[in-house]
Amino acid sequence: MSAQFLILAALAVPLAGALLIGIAGRISANLRETITLVTAGMLIYCVWSLLPEIYQGGRPGLQLLEVLPGIEIAFQAEPLGMLFAALASGLWLVNSIYSIGYMRGNRESKQTRFYVMFAVSLAATMGIAFAGNLFTLFLFYEMLTLSTYPLVSHKGDAKTVKSARVYLGILISASIGLLLPAIIWTYAVAGTGDFTAGGILRGHLDGPAVGLLLGLFVFGAAKAAVMPVHRWLPAAMVAPTPVSALLHAVAVVKAGVFTITKVVVYIFGIDFLFAEPSSGWLFYAAAFTIIAASVVALRQQNLKRLLAYSTIAQLSYVVMASAILKPLAEVGAAMHMLAHAFGKITLFFAAGAIYTASKKTELGQLRGIGRRMPITMTAFTIGALSMIGVPPTAGFVSKWYILAGAFQADNYVALATIIVSTALNAAYFLPIVYMVWFEKDNTPPGKEHGEAPFAAVLALVITALLTIGFFIYNGPAYELESQLVRGQP
Amino acid sequence: MINLESHLPVLQVVVPMLLAPLVVLLRPRGTAWAASTAISLMAFVIACYLVAGVLSGEEYRYALGAWPAPYGIALRVDAFSALLLMLVTGASSIALLAAKTSIDQGIESHRQPLFFSAWLLVLAGLAGILVAADAFNIFVFMEISSLASYVLVAGGTDRRALPAVFKYLIMGTIGATFYLIGVGLIYMMTGTLNLADMELRIHQVADQRPILVAAGFITVGLALKAAVFPLHVWLPNAYTYAPHAVSVFLAACATKVSIYVLLRFDFVVFQQNLSGHDLQFTAFLMPLAVLAILVGSAVAIFETNIKRLLAYSSVAQIGYILLGASLVSLSGLTASLLHMFNHALAKGALFLAVMGLATRLARLDLAHLAGAARQMPWTMSALVIAGLSLIGVPGTAGFISKWYLVTAALQEGALGIGLVAVIVAGSLMAVVYIWRIVEAAWFKQPLEENIELREAPPLMLGVIWLTALANVYFGLITDLPRTLATDAAQSLLGHLP
Repeated sequence: MSAQFLILAALAVPLAGALLIGIAGRISANLRETITLVTAGMLIYCVWSLLPEIYQGGRPGLQLLEVLPGIEIAFQAEPLGMLFAALASGLWLVNSIYSIGYMRGNRESKQTRFYVMFAVSLAATMGIAFAGNLFTLFLFYEMLTLSTYPLVSHKGDAKTVKSARVYLGILISASIGLLLPAIIWTYAVAGTGDFTAGGILRGHLDGPAVGLLLGLFVFGAAKAAVMPVHRWLPAAMVAPTPVSALLHAVAVVKAGVFTITKVVVYIFGIDFLFAEPSSGWLFYAAAFTIIAASVVALRQQNLKRLLAYSTIAQLSYVVMASAILKPLAEVGAAMHMLAHAFGKITLFFAAGAIYTASKKTELGQLRGIGRRMPITMTAFTIGALSMIGVPPTAGFVSKWYILAGAFQADNYVALATIIVSTALNAAYFLPIVYMVWFEKDNTPPGKEHGEAPFAAVLALVITALLTIGFFIYNGPAYELESQLVRGQP
Repeated sequence: MINLESHLPVLQVVVPMLLAPLVVLLRPRGTAWAASTAISLMAFVIACYLVAGVLSGEEYRYALGAWPAPYGIALRVDAFSALLLMLVTGASSIALLAAKTSIDQGIESHRQPLFFSAWLLVLAGLAGILVAADAFNIFVFMEISSLASYVLVAGGTDRRALPAVFKYLIMGTIGATFYLIGVGLIYMMTGTLNLADMELRIHQVADQRPILVAAGFITVGLALKAAVFPLHVWLPNAYTYAPHAVSVFLAACATKVSIYVLLRFDFVVFQQNLSGHDLQFTAFLMPLAVLAILVGSAVAIFETNIKRLLAYSSVAQIGYILLGASLVSLSGLTASLLHMFNHALAKGALFLAVMGLATRLARLDLAHLAGAARQMPWTMSALVIAGLSLIGVPGTAGFISKWYLVTAALQEGALGIGLVAVIVAGSLMAVVYIWRIVEAAWFKQPLEENIELREAPPLMLGVIWLTALANVYFGLITDLPRTLATDAAQSLLGHLP
């Protein structure tokens, strides 16, 4: 099959799946979930079949239609998008297995809508990953916001709707008010919005305007949750945990940092930005977000909210790495997208498994839970270690590259930020790890519980193994991403 | 054997006009609706044929009774008129098709045949304006459509419509009178009413002063009918208290037909013949357009009745249309004509969705909308898609014309950057007022009375979604409106020296 066909299939398969899931939902739950798994499997096949060609330097693309002269809906597979698509599609399968255990275990309502919107969200994610220009990226970016809204407001009670309002309000207003003007500005000065190696803005823009445009992009892509547009992420935690796990630890938030990285690398070009002093603020904004979010996370008592703030900090690692504007740091940014995804989805899976098995959500309730749920809590521990960046976990690998990039740029602020935030990460994750394993169980009598349903446990074991596996075997990912900055020292 | 195609321009007017009196005779329930919907659809099909003809490079000229112009009544259909004919007949058909339930709710059944008859007269009048090639017939058709539309606006049971329609009538009559005075002056000086003839003869007139006065009268008169800020005061109440189906029809196309006449007169007759008229045109319309965008949007933000909110948004959108035209450049004029088309799509869909809501809700205040989205998710989702188009989000029709408008403005240098700022500010204000509807429908706790709501009736919902999806379709596949608008803009500018 040609690469063009595979790219289109990656978009069409989840959409077709969504349709079939909707129909099957009226017939039987088993059929519906079988279709979800088959769709996820097919998507993996489509996306991963593209890998070899990209790996060998191919950049297949196609133009779907020309909306206006110069503005096309076009797709192109390149290393960064390829990595993002491969990651999201792969974890969707694991997450679907988990969803089955979670949604059934908690007897959630409106499960068909849940699976349908999940598939639509994945289609939007694929569109973002393979977008060949800013216009296409924006279309799918908005589609992702709108399709995840029903998932966030799934429960439908007053509190959930209020949070979902924050979610939609921030994401939509930032994208229309900031990202869209940035995109129009780019098209207006450069005459194109195609993602081009080395950037398209050199010679079209200089001085403070560069910093301003960068700001519009960074805060317009509010999905990256750079402060102060981060508040939607804790609000989104009202969603069922599988949504938090795949969408708000992987697909949606990574769509944000992906957009920023892609704009830095393919629209501005890293050399152009590095030479332009007005773009320097981005680095400090990201560093501030890392530290501030970590401090806020220290004070959280609810497990999912703590994970949300940890995500905000980790996302800004990616943004900061892009903003170091050195080749190794860009590779580090891409690697961190991957590493954080494995660790954080494991943590969310564990949080959801705890909730399914025991309805516990607060940190104080988790004392000694390790003896009741040993598998879940082992996975949780691995995820937590990865967040801190302890070997042998995935988090170590990406931090290594980011640090290498920081040294390449002689950027000691980056160094200090990483050191401080590592300490802070340890300060909020290690006490939890200690508490769940070594303190006395405080489960009230009559509320005895064991592990979560098998499907949920299976999923979190897989992702925990991936977290460790990535430490041991990450060569291909590094090779792929180093193509991003090939030819640059 | 008559060659039917050559008669299409006149059939466009004659079909609804001659069938309108017959509709009055249809007494059994529902037949008047069915007949007028069918007639309107027939007019739409004729318009589509005309569009197809125009796209293949034809320009229709038709001499009524075979009396040659400039002595007989001449009709002419080019890209500009074809674009608007499609819009007018399309909006009428869509509104009628969807409106069965709404009209049954709002208008007593014995008055329905008269209502539908008046509707067809509006359709015939608007179509007549668009095909007429001479200034006096434009006036006649303008009066036919205006008088009939006063009947339509006052046709419902809402008694607040009566003062609204009175204001509409007074203002509309002043506008038409101004127009007629202007046309009279020109006739006095040139001895012709045919627009093409006028274009040739005007510069032979020795004393240009009466022509200048005529230009003033015609521009202001038509600006009144087109609800150009600050002559818009008749519009919000007329749209708000009219029967919902009438709001769909009029909001989508009525003011645009007046803008059509305004542009035709200004570009074909005046600009080349009156020295400095292009500057006057720009200096007169651009500030008004900017004010319309800013003030109209700002007022819309504070409105609490959904129909009034959308009506003020229309005032702002007319501003965008004029802004493009006031640049007097190919890209500006194209943007303006495209926005006529795209705004009709968006506003038509919005008012259709409001009609859907109105069949179920007691009142159309934002407060009474609370929680409606939970019971009517499909209707409200369509409203949101149309709202995104009104804002100008990529992927919808509204984006296309805003894009053209921004591009056209940027060609104007420093002034252009200011205009872009106005366009962006207007769009952000649109985000705010559309968000207020979304906020009320989705995020407020449902009212007691809204717990038992059902979706809009199936046929209506189908049409609502059809128009909402048309907004997406024309946001992605833009060839048809783009070609028509570019051709029309080129032919208008072709008259300039």
